[in-house]
Amino acid sequence: MDLNKKFTPETWPDHPERATLEAKNKFVGFWLFLGGETILFATLFATYIALKNSGPSGFGFSTQELYELPLVFVMTMLLLTSSLTSVFAMYHLRNYNFKKMQLWLAITAFLGLGFLMLEVYEFSHYVGLGFTFNNSAFSSAFYTLVGTHGFHVAVGLVWITLLIFRNAKRGLNLYNATKYYTFSLYWHFIDVVWVFIFTVVYLMGVIG
Amino acid sequence: MSSVAQKKGFGATLWDWLTTVDHKKIGILYFLGGGFFFVVGGIEAMLIRWQLHKPNNDFVSAGLFNDLITMHGTTMIFLAAMPILFGFMNAIVPLQIGARDVAFPFINSLGFWMFFFGGLFLNLSWFFQQVPDAGWTSYASLSIASEGHGVDFYAIGLQIAGGGTLMAGINFLVTIINMRAPGMTYMRMPLFTWTTFVASAMILFAFPPLTVGLFFLTFDRMFGGNFFDHTMGGNTIIWEHIFWIFGHPEVYILILPAFGIFSEIFSTFSRKRLFGYPSMVFATVLIGFLGFMVWAHHMFTVGLGPTANAIFAVATMAIAVPTGVKIFNWLLTMWGGSIRITTPMLYALGFIPSFVMGGVTGVMQGAAPLDYQLHDTYFIVAHFHYVIVGGVVLGILAATHYWWPKMFGTMLNEALGKVTFWFFFIGFHLTFLIQHWLGFWGMPRRVWTFMDGQGWNSANFISTIGAFLMAIGIIVLVYNVIVTSVKNVKVANDPWGDGRTLEWAIESPPIYYNFPATPLVRGLDTVWIEKMEGNETGLTPAEPIKDIHMPNGSIIPLLMSLGLFIAGFGAMYRTEESWGLPVLIFGLLWTFVAMAARSLQDDTGYYIKKDEILRDLKRKGGQK
Repeated sequence: MDLNKKFTPETWPDHPERATLEAKNKFVGFWLFLGGETILFATLFATYIALKNSGPSGFGFSTQELYELPLVFVMTMLLLTSSLTSVFAMYHLRNYNFKKMQLWLAITAFLGLGFLMLEVYEFSHYVGLGFTFNNSAFSSAFYTLVGTHGFHVAVGLVWITLLIFRNAKRGLNLYNATKYYTFSLYWHFIDVVWVFIFTVVYLMGVIG
Repeated sequence: MSSVAQKKGFGATLWDWLTTVDHKKIGILYFLGGGFFFVVGGIEAMLIRWQLHKPNNDFVSAGLFNDLITMHGTTMIFLAAMPILFGFMNAIVPLQIGARDVAFPFINSLGFWMFFFGGLFLNLSWFFQQVPDAGWTSYASLSIASEGHGVDFYAIGLQIAGGGTLMAGINFLVTIINMRAPGMTYMRMPLFTWTTFVASAMILFAFPPLTVGLFFLTFDRMFGGNFFDHTMGGNTIIWEHIFWIFGHPEVYILILPAFGIFSEIFSTFSRKRLFGYPSMVFATVLIGFLGFMVWAHHMFTVGLGPTANAIFAVATMAIAVPTGVKIFNWLLTMWGGSIRITTPMLYALGFIPSFVMGGVTGVMQGAAPLDYQLHDTYFIVAHFHYVIVGGVVLGILAATHYWWPKMFGTMLNEALGKVTFWFFFIGFHLTFLIQHWLGFWGMPRRVWTFMDGQGWNSANFISTIGAFLMAIGIIVLVYNVIVTSVKNVKVANDPWGDGRTLEWAIESPPIYYNFPATPLVRGLDTVWIEKMEGNETGLTPAEPIKDIHMPNGSIIPLLMSLGLFIAGFGAMYRTEESWGLPVLIFGLLWTFVAMAARSLQDDTGYYIKKDEILRDLKRKGGQK
């Protein structure tokens, strides 16, 4: 593959993310990887549901008292919006508009960073209340489930930051288009997982 | 990356193997690595049998016995059977579908090195004298209570090796989906490719639960988590569920490729198309699907209740149906065929009665009320050794003889091969058949020793004799391999003379780009079709000879895996040694830097020029 081949919006293929065999392989492989990730999170969810509110005798924490929906609502909005901005970026990827794509991806990254910082605040708040990882089965399950999601967000941030800077000077080609596209798939996946965390952990924790 | 054959020094050869991304070389690496661990696990088995050959034996201590059974099971499943099967998949599947490599050569190499370092990590526990001792299932209450770092070696070693397995699974899936040659439709794929496909899909969905379970275990043991500690609100049964949601599909991940191997062998040496090919494919997919529905039959005695037990009992017995379909198809493939009893065919013939016996005892245990009687007795030991040794290991030995010429370019000695078979086959039945009765007579699993006067003495002694016969069989095989390699008599494309699939239409071993021109596949058993029509090369090219795109070798996969290996030691000693945490961080950073290096470099591979391919063809021209 020639990395230096120049395109125009007219010559740019309709599906740049899977225009070559290598790209097709990455495209299919990444979808399959997300399938495996789904099972990974399903296992974490099942464990969380089994251990929810469960602790040593005299355990003083419950989901109703612990969680605060306003904060989680803001986090949810940040992450959902970041999924939307990554869609805008993919729109510009399709149209071979590199600058706008980079801009929307940067916005995506900032929204993701905002989400992550709020999550760090949330965790440190709970730890301040005495709800530490070692405190109970409930706390272990909670931090592992939500923390694994948070770790995925952090990995996504490092990934997109590297991509944005690495390609800043050389623009789009059929090699890095797949990388951008799989990042966007990954980001949507993280978003969908969060929708389930919001529902199963927070909403059902406070209301259910 | 020159292809021209030239004398290379030891260092250059070593570097070549450490950095290779060629599926054939990675296949050989898997085969050698798995073979090494197979010998280690085998020695552990011999020590177990020697301890049990007479009552009140004190050959090993009770603690060492626990170490031995744990490491025997873990090593054989994760570090021997699976990697050897991966070796055959790597070496053969791309050839069978007419591809030049797998979809992700880099990740293929990474998968191997993670398996290797994970296995190394696990087995280094012997040198630290803190060996996993909670059984290969490491049930939570026991594994949490286990002192020392034994179970830590288990949790971290399997985590690293399991990551490699997951990558290998995704790699084979994409390879088979995207890289098939023109005309190779799904329903023309050889059965070994089909079973690899289904086994890889099962890996994709079975290994993430293992990953999570091992993380829970790691957190509980090393980082103060409380998943399984009931005094902190935890639940020890969660481990059992997670482990078997992984563990039951795992046995099908092992047996399906063996089914594929035998399908190839029956068809080849009966000189007949596989009987009922579509039903074989359907049965494979159905087994893969049902394999996920039956995990709780390992937990009948836990007390999940009669409803849950009944559902899982029925689902378990249902698996016998597609398996029966396969058995009958193999028998009918031989029916009316022109059969040649070669070494691989001997294994295939031995496999059918052995595996059927393992299957029948499986259905017996599937009946939940009876399982209450059989649970944790030697009957269970007999059963799973009948399916794993009688199915998977016979399959591995058959494939070793069958594909040896394709992988190494020489033929294993047939006479020695048959000697290996008879020693192994008789030894296997001698070892494990009697163990069914030992179970009925009440001998529990996992006991260090037993007392005199319970009627178990002679049965245990017979079992030990059988184990030694199996060991003799393996020693003959190793001797065979050495003699064959020293003589090094090169063979032609199709040394069995009856090859039906694409791997037999190219030289042994194949040139590093496999096919000078991508082949056109004209039906099931395409090479056989071509030969019947008088085309001696067995191939119709689908394209003119042109430049070939190839991947570059890389040392990064080895470095990434090494980082995880280092981090593992840091995690283990984090609480007791001051260097623990820094080493953990250093190892993880090492891996992340290696990943970033891979991401930032533009590795788009290289091209082999058309002239060079034509030159290779001309040089080979004389042999044909």
